Amino acid sequence: MYKIVKKEVLVPNTVYLKAEAPEIARKAEPGQFVILRVDEVGERFPLSLAGWDKKAGTLEVLFLIMGRSTMKLSALGEGDCIRDIVGPLGRPTEIESYGDTLCVCSTFGVGPMIPLIKALKKKGNKVTSVMEAKDEAFLFWEDRLKSVSDETHVVLGDGSRGEYRRASEFLTKHLKSGNKVDRVFAFGRVFMMMECSQATKPFGVKTIVGLTPIMVDGTGMCGCCRVSVGGETKFTCVDGPEFDGHSVDWGLLVKRKRAYLREEALAFDLWQLDKLRRIAELSELPGRVSVV
Amino acid sequence: MTEKPKLNLNRVPIPKQAPEARRENFSEVALGYAEEQALEEASRCIDCKKPGCKDGCPVYVDIPGFIKAIQNGDMPEAVRILKSKNSLPGICGRVCPQETQCELTCNLAKKDAPIAIGRLERYVADWEIAHPEAIRRGEEGVNCNGRRVAVVGSGPAGLTCAADLARLGYEAVIFEALHVAGGVLMYGIPEFRLPKTIVQGEVDYVKSLGVEIRLNHVIGKIATVDELLENGFDAVFLAPGAGAPMFLDIPGENLSGIYSANEFLTRTNLMKAYLFPQYDTPIQVGKRVAVFGAGNVAMDASRCALRLGAEEVYIVYRRSRTEMPARLEERENAEEEGVIFKLLTNPSRFLGDQRSIVRAVQLHEMELGEPDASGRRRPIRKPDSEFMMEIDTAIPALGTRPNPIIPSTTKGLELTKWGTVLTDEATGRTSKERVWCGGDMATGAATVISAMGAARRAAISIDIYLKGGN
Ligand SMILES: Cc1cc2nc3c(=O)[nH]c(=O)nc-3n(C[C@H](O)[C@H](O)[C@H](O)COP(=O)(O)OP(=O)(O)OC[C@H]3O[C@@H](n4cnc5c(N)ncnc54)[C@H](O)[C@@H]3O)c2cc1C
Ligand SMILES: Cc1cc2nc3c(=O)[nH]c(=O)nc-3n(C[C@H](O)[C@H](O)[C@H](O)COP(=O)(O)OP(=O)(O)OC[C@H]3O[C@@H](n4cnc5c(N)ncnc54)[C@H](O)[C@@H]3O)c2cc1C
Ligand code: SF4
Ligand code: SF4
Ligand code: FES
Repeated sequence: MYKIVKKEVLVPNTVYLKAEAPEIARKAEPGQFVILRVDEVGERFPLSLAGWDKKAGTLEVLFLIMGRSTMKLSALGEGDCIRDIVGPLGRPTEIESYGDTLCVCSTFGVGPMIPLIKALKKKGNKVTSVMEAKDEAFLFWEDRLKSVSDETHVVLGDGSRGEYRRASEFLTKHLKSGNKVDRVFAFGRVFMMMECSQATKPFGVKTIVGLTPIMVDGTGMCGCCRVSVGGETKFTCVDGPEFDGHSVDWGLLVKRKRAYLREEALAFDLWQLDKLRRIAELSELPGRVSVV
Repeated sequence: MTEKPKLNLNRVPIPKQAPEARRENFSEVALGYAEEQALEEASRCIDCKKPGCKDGCPVYVDIPGFIKAIQNGDMPEAVRILKSKNSLPGICGRVCPQETQCELTCNLAKKDAPIAIGRLERYVADWEIAHPEAIRRGEEGVNCNGRRVAVVGSGPAGLTCAADLARLGYEAVIFEALHVAGGVLMYGIPEFRLPKTIVQGEVDYVKSLGVEIRLNHVIGKIATVDELLENGFDAVFLAPGAGAPMFLDIPGENLSGIYSANEFLTRTNLMKAYLFPQYDTPIQVGKRVAVFGAGNVAMDASRCALRLGAEEVYIVYRRSRTEMPARLEERENAEEEGVIFKLLTNPSRFLGDQRSIVRAVQLHEMELGEPDASGRRRPIRKPDSEFMMEIDTAIPALGTRPNPIIPSTTKGLELTKWGTVLTDEATGRTSKERVWCGGDMATGAATVISAMGAARRAAISIDIYLKGGN
C-alpha cells in the first residue's frame, strides 16, 4: 500500500499526486514511469514520474482523467492508499550535453518534462520549453516550467497567446528562422508528439518522444505495448518508452491505443453508475425526501 | 512374499466436469478422486522391489511410500512423506506431465496401466487442505542462523528455494515483480486447471515458514542483484522464469486482436478479465480464434478463448499430432471441449481491416521431412498450398525466452547463447560469486517440477557454501 501525501486538482481534468514509495524514489531517473493498480479489481496502468524526493521517499505523478482507472485514482484523497505501485520502469532518458534543446510538452507531459529539463540543465544544455494547451483554462505549471527553463513559450489552441495554435507550428517557424536546435524532446498527447516529429524531420533535428501505448505488466512479459520503430517491433516498457519520433509508426500506435474503446466506455459508465447509485443510497436517509 | 497379488490393470478414471458444461465456466475441470476411488487406485500399486516410478520424478518423491500410507488409511503420514520431498504437491499433482515422468517409468506402464500417481498426489494434497488440524503447519525448533538470502521471483523455483532455506534456518526474502506471488502458476495456468486458491494456499504455507515476500519489486529496476549483495544479503537465488513472449515475426503481427499467449493468459488469469466489468481489465475474443503452437501454453490459451465466448477455436500447428509438446491430458481436454486442431499448417501473414484489427490469416500446408536437431521431423512448406482463414483473434503461443532485465543489470553474470543464465546443473551456481539460478531462467521454458528440483539443489548448495563448506 502506498499512501497519498498530497493531492491537487490542477485544471478540471488533470490531477497531481504525491505518494510515499521510498524504494522507487531512491532509484528514479528522468524518463521512467511506474505502473499502478488502484484497488483489488483494478487494472495495471502506467504513469510517468513527474518528480521524486529521494530523502523524503516520495514520488509525484500527474495524470489526465481518461476513463475508469484514472477516474478511480482521482477519487482518492490525501491519506488514502494506492494498492500497488511498481517501478521505476523503462529506460531513463539519455541525457548528454547536446547544446540547444527544445522541450515540448502538453497536458500530462508537463509532469515528466520538469525533471528532464532539470537534468538537461545540469549537463549544461540550454533549454527552451514550449507548452501546448487547449486554452487558458487548461494551462498549469507555466511558472514551474519557466523557473527551470532558459526560455518558455506557451502555445494555446484557441490562438489567444501569440500567433501559434500548435506546438508544431512554433517548431517549424523556430527552425525556419535559423535557430540552432540540437535535440528536441516531446512528451504529451500522441498527436502533438507526432506533429512535432513531422515538423522537425525536414530539418534533421533528432526528436525524442515518450510513447504511451496500452500496457499490462510493464516489464516485458506480455508484448501488449509493442510499437513499430524503424520497421522493427519494440516493447515500449523495456526498449522505451522513449524513441526517435522520426522512425515511429504513428498510425499503428494510434490504432492499437484505440483497441478497447468499447470496453473502456462500458467500464467507465458502469463505474459512474455505481457511484450514482451510492449517492442515491446516501440521499435516501430516513426522514429525507428523495428527489427522483 | 509367497503369494503374488493379482495385477489390476484398470486405472480409476478421474471424475471431470462434462465438456459442454465446463466450456461455459472457469471452475476446475478435473474434480479429483473421492476416498473410495483413491483407495482403489492406491491398491493397484504393487510396491515394487525396484520402483521405477521414483526414477521418473525430478524431486525423488517416495512414491511407493506415500501410496502405501494411503492404502493404510494413514493420511497424515502420506502428507508427511510427500511433503518431505515436494513442498507443492497440490500443484504438481495437477500440472506435472506425469506421462513423461513418474508414470512413464512406473513398472506398470509396460502393461499400459501405470498408477495414476499425479491424481493420488493431488488427493493427498487436497486432503491436507480439507483437514488443516491434522498436520502441524510451519516447522518448530528451527533456529534462525542470522544469514539472509534474497530470492528473485516467486514462481515454483523461488517458492521452493525460499522454503528450503527457511527450514535450514536462513532468513529468505522473495522479491516478486508482479502484485501477486506464484509466477506462471498465477498468471499463466488458468483457474480451471489449477485453482488460484490452491496456489495461494501453497504461498501461505511458504510464508508460514517465515519467508518474507515483497511484491511489486522488479529486481534490476528497484534494486540490482549487486545492490542486494551489498545491502545485507549473503547470497542471491535467481528464479525470474523465462517470461518474455516470442512472436511469429510475420507481416501484420502488430494488428489489434493479436495477443501473445502471455498477454492473453495474464489478462484472463492474473487480471481476471473473464470477470470484466466487475474487474477493470478488458479482453477481446471474437467468434473465430486461432492459436499458434501446440504446447501447454497453446492449450491453455485455446481453452480460455472458448470459455470467454469464442465459437470456433483453432490450434494451428506446423507439425503433426505426435510432435505436440502439450501434456496428453490437456490435449484430450481441449479436444473434448471442441478445440479444432489444424495440424501441418503454418501462418505466413495477417490481414486487418481499416481499423487495423485482425480479420484473416494466410496459412499454408506443411509436410514433415528429415528429423532436425531436436530429433523431431522438420516441417517443410508445401508449394502452392496457401489458403485464407477468417479470424477475429490470433494468439501466438510459441514459447517464451528469458527476460533481459536481470542479465542486463547484473555485472559478471554469464549467459548462454539462448539468453539463459549459465548455471551448473548439479548446484545451481552461476559464474557470479554468491549468485545461484534455477528454473526456467536457467533451462529455458520447462516444467514446474524441474524448476522445483533445481531450486532444491540450489538451496543445498547455498547452505553448504554459506556454512563455509564450498
Ligand atoms: C509509459 C507511459 C507513461 C504514461 N504517463 C502518463 C502520465 O504521466 N499521465 C497520464 O495522464 N497518462 C499517462 N499515460 C497514459 C495512461 O496510462 C492512460 O491514460 C491510462 O491508462 C488511462 O486509463 P483509464 O482507465 O483511465 O482510461 P481508459 O478508458 O481505460 O482508456 C483511455 C485511453 O487510455 C489508454 N489506455 C487504456 N488502458 C491503458 C493501459 N493499461 N496502459 C496504457 N494506456 C492505456 C488507451 O489509449 C485508451 O484509449 C502513460 C502511458 C504510458 C504507456
Ligand atoms: C501457460 C503455461 C502453462 C504451463 N503448463 C505447465 C504444466 O501443465 N505443467 C508443467 O509442469 N509446467 C507447465 N508450464 C511451465 C511452468 O509453469 C514453468 O516451467 C515454471 O513455472 C517455471 O518456474 P520458475 O519458478 O522458473 O518461473 P516462473 O513461474 O515464470 O516465475 C518467475 C517469477 O519471477 C518473477 N520475475 C521475473 N522477473 C523478475 C524480476 N526482475 N524481479 C522480480 N521478479 C521477477 C515473475 O513475475 C514470476 O512471478 C506452463 C507454463 C505456461 C506459461
Ligand atoms: S512431483 Fe510430479 S513427477 Fe514427481 S511424483 Fe509427483 S506428479 Fe510425479
Ligand atoms: S513403479 Fe508403479 S507400481 Fe511400482 S511402486 Fe512405483 S507406482 Fe507402484
Ligand atoms: S507492457 Fe507487457 S511487455 Fe510491455
